[in-house]
Amino acid sequence: MTTMPLVAEEHELHVADHAETHLAHHEEEHDRPGINRLGLWVFMASESMLFFAMSAARLYLNGFNGPDKGAVNLGLGIGLTLILLASSWLGYQATGAISKGKRRRAITALLLASLLGIVFIGGVGIEWRTAEFSQNSPFGTAFFSMTGLHVLHLVTGLIGLLLAANLIRKGQFGPGDHWGVTAVVRYWTFVDVMWLVIVFPMLYLL
Amino acid sequence: MTTAAAGVLPATSRPSRITGFFPILRGLLFAVIGGLIGAGIAIAIRSAMGADPFDRTPSANGTMPSTEQIVTVAFVFGTLGWLLGVGFWESTVSGWLGYRTKGVPTDWRRYLTVSEDHKVIGIQYLATFIVVLLIAGLGAMTMRAQLSQPGNTLLSPDTYNRIMSFHGIAMVSVAVASVMGSFGNYFVPIMIGARDMAFPRLNSLSYWMVPVVIASLFLSQLLGGWDSGWTAYPPLSVKNASGQVMFNLAIIVFGLSSIFGGINFIVTIVKMRAPGMGWGRVPIFVWSVLAAAFLATFFTQFFAASLTMVLLDRIVGTGFFVGQGGAPLLYEHTFWFYSHPAVYIFVLPGFGMALEVLAHLSRKPLFAYRWAVAALIGIVGMSGIVWAHHMFVSGMPNALLGPFMVTTELISIPTGLIFLSALGTVWMGRLWLTTPMLFALGFVFNFLIGGVTGIFLADVPTDISLHDTYFVVAHFHYTIIGGEIFALFAAFYFWFPKMTGRMLSERLGKLNFWMMFIFFNLTFLPMFWAGLHGMNRRIATYQNDLANVNLFISISAWFLGLSFLVFVINVLRTLLSKNAPRAEANPWKARTLEWLISSPPPVENFPSTPIVVGSPYGYGTGGRPHAVFALTGAADEEVTA
Ligand code: HEM
Ligand SMILES: [Cu+2]
Repeated sequence: MTTMPLVAEEHELHVADHAETHLAHHEEEHDRPGINRLGLWVFMASESMLFFAMSAARLYLNGFNGPDKGAVNLGLGIGLTLILLASSWLGYQATGAISKGKRRRAITALLLASLLGIVFIGGVGIEWRTAEFSQNSPFGTAFFSMTGLHVLHLVTGLIGLLLAANLIRKGQFGPGDHWGVTAVVRYWTFVDVMWLVIVFPMLYLL
Repeated sequence: MTTAAAGVLPATSRPSRITGFFPILRGLLFAVIGGLIGAGIAIAIRSAMGADPFDRTPSANGTMPSTEQIVTVAFVFGTLGWLLGVGFWESTVSGWLGYRTKGVPTDWRRYLTVSEDHKVIGIQYLATFIVVLLIAGLGAMTMRAQLSQPGNTLLSPDTYNRIMSFHGIAMVSVAVASVMGSFGNYFVPIMIGARDMAFPRLNSLSYWMVPVVIASLFLSQLLGGWDSGWTAYPPLSVKNASGQVMFNLAIIVFGLSSIFGGINFIVTIVKMRAPGMGWGRVPIFVWSVLAAAFLATFFTQFFAASLTMVLLDRIVGTGFFVGQGGAPLLYEHTFWFYSHPAVYIFVLPGFGMALEVLAHLSRKPLFAYRWAVAALIGIVGMSGIVWAHHMFVSGMPNALLGPFMVTTELISIPTGLIFLSALGTVWMGRLWLTTPMLFALGFVFNFLIGGVTGIFLADVPTDISLHDTYFVVAHFHYTIIGGEIFALFAAFYFWFPKMTGRMLSERLGKLNFWMMFIFFNLTFLPMFWAGLHGMNRRIATYQNDLANVNLFISISAWFLGLSFLVFVINVLRTLLSKNAPRAEANPWKARTLEWLISSPPPVENFPSTPIVVGSPYGYGTGGRPHAVFALTGAADEEVTA
């Protein structure tokens, strides 16, 4: 051990003296908004893998064959898609409003977005009731599981929107700090995008 | 200077602390209440849909959908109840509703509730997974008792399969979470000069989901357990006892925990490195955790999806794997699309850990650091295109055999680079043969055998006869125990002084190493032979002519089990005795950041933000230190004033 470096010890001494004196500046030095944003992006990217996995299953079971003609209601599907898009747009209105300090507007926009979310879930419910294939057929398996997965995500997003609206009502967010609202709205959009680019094409268009 | 760790917590905006009765007991109570509520909801829904809630007619597959639906909903609500009860109500959810949140007690009780301190969480993971390792090890001992002679009647075939399945998944969970969850959580933030993980509360959520997993694997035994192994292939897993449902639910929760952990590591390592720590100065352990975190974040979904599909087939009668168009091979694809990358989740942090110890205790710069990093990235990049080497005899299209053979052999190239980095590091080094170093060298030896035997499994012609034999069992135990678990022990012996401020006994440590090394090899090397001679895996008996080798394996395995007792004794003796030798701040004279602070580290990790000025491995080069602490800045003025 002839070449053992001694640099480490020098600094150790310095540290040892001062260890107890500094506490409590959690996080201030880090880029908290950047950390939050990256975290959400990574989460959404990771969550999208679930939709890819289900799409892979759908293609494996059913190939590129769609449902029999008329088995799914394409008109209803397009309507639902438009509802979701409108709902995302409303979500962004809420973010814009809160960043200008307009609480009432933000709450209204969030509630309307949630309402459209509920209408969407109702629409999927109609589709489920009127489906002409059994959940046991290859297409039915894909259809019920993918729409079910998507509705589950919508419900979590819906809870997020309502919590955010309630917190705004209680005076929590404002122009300077509205990450909570931005985050739930962004997640809500993510869920919409999953419908738009994966679930809807896989089940209605292929 | 060690008092800081125990007594003082940062002044947060949350002065009041979680008290009331013991959070864990309350968690259990809420879990039961949640479970009952969930069962009630399931029964109500069934009645509302006009079905008899307790319908006892089995499905076409022979399962009992009514029970399984109730179990599933009860599980979901029970899990939520547990999490709220154990402290997330006060720490988190009440805040979402706009009420005050509470912090965690500062004394020893912080280990028993939702602490957000990465060091506490690291210790929680470590303690939990050592216990799981020991319990699952008892399962292995029982299996070896059954296999000590052919035709043994100690266990019924069904019991054997249930124990084998439990052992498998419990050990896989140890492999996924033990190095990352414990040492990753404890040391990654310190090694990059951060005060904590990026999302401390998410971190504690990751940990507190783990007890749900373990408890459910035990509770599933009340529903008949499951006998489909850790891989849970359908059609068996769609047709066996209802314990399978608990298994699937538990492992989905475990997957979620692993994904949350992965996200946390990625963001922490990308965003929170101290000033001066460019990517070229990141310690290799941190790199390896980043690589594994990436795999956990983006592949675990496929395991969750596979298990969900099995669950749906069972409880709502979809047709993924059974029925008119069901395709059991689909499961193998989605399952291995996760589970091959998962073997890198197991072993990459092990690689990182072994390289770390080898460099510090050879007192040489890590050899070919850049190549080792490139190899980690290469493995991550390629890990998604090799999965079907587990399926050579599954009946998938023949055209796929060749490509997957080639990709699998290609991915051994980066693996080999890491190996070369290990060899180059110890080459002509002044090896300091302490216990952690022995374990790291043991890793190199064992992993060589594990990796080389992998090539035979990757070759289609040889795999056709080796698949599902003890050759495979030997191969993956060499990579996982011989590789990852040896690295886990290296990490444990290396970092224990830092975490506790006490030194373990070197004599017991060396005894632990030599027993483990010798009996590990005596247990698993003969398994290659048994496999080559046709011994099948996952079955409670074997051909008579394999009696001798199996008796030999069983006896070696029991001694291997004993070596873990030596470990437990070493640890308990050191922790419980009042005059165990104290650890200084830097007992190994190592350069990385964790050794520049006291043992155990102060609550805030660093007196002021460290500034990284050199390589973590600049041994013997006379160059700059790895990091210094700023002498100016508000923090230091206070002291000098
Ligand atoms: C060096 C490169 C490696 C190669 C070429 C390789 C190759 C293979 C192949 C082809 C199989 C399938 C054998 C069969 O079922 O017929 C296999 C099984 C397995 N390998 Fe590896 N492997 C390597 C490294 C690893 C590592 C690093 C780990 C874990 C840390 C690992 C863990 C496993 C496990 C768990 C199985 C068995 C899974 C099961 O069927 O239950 N392998 N390996
Ligand atoms: Cu593999």
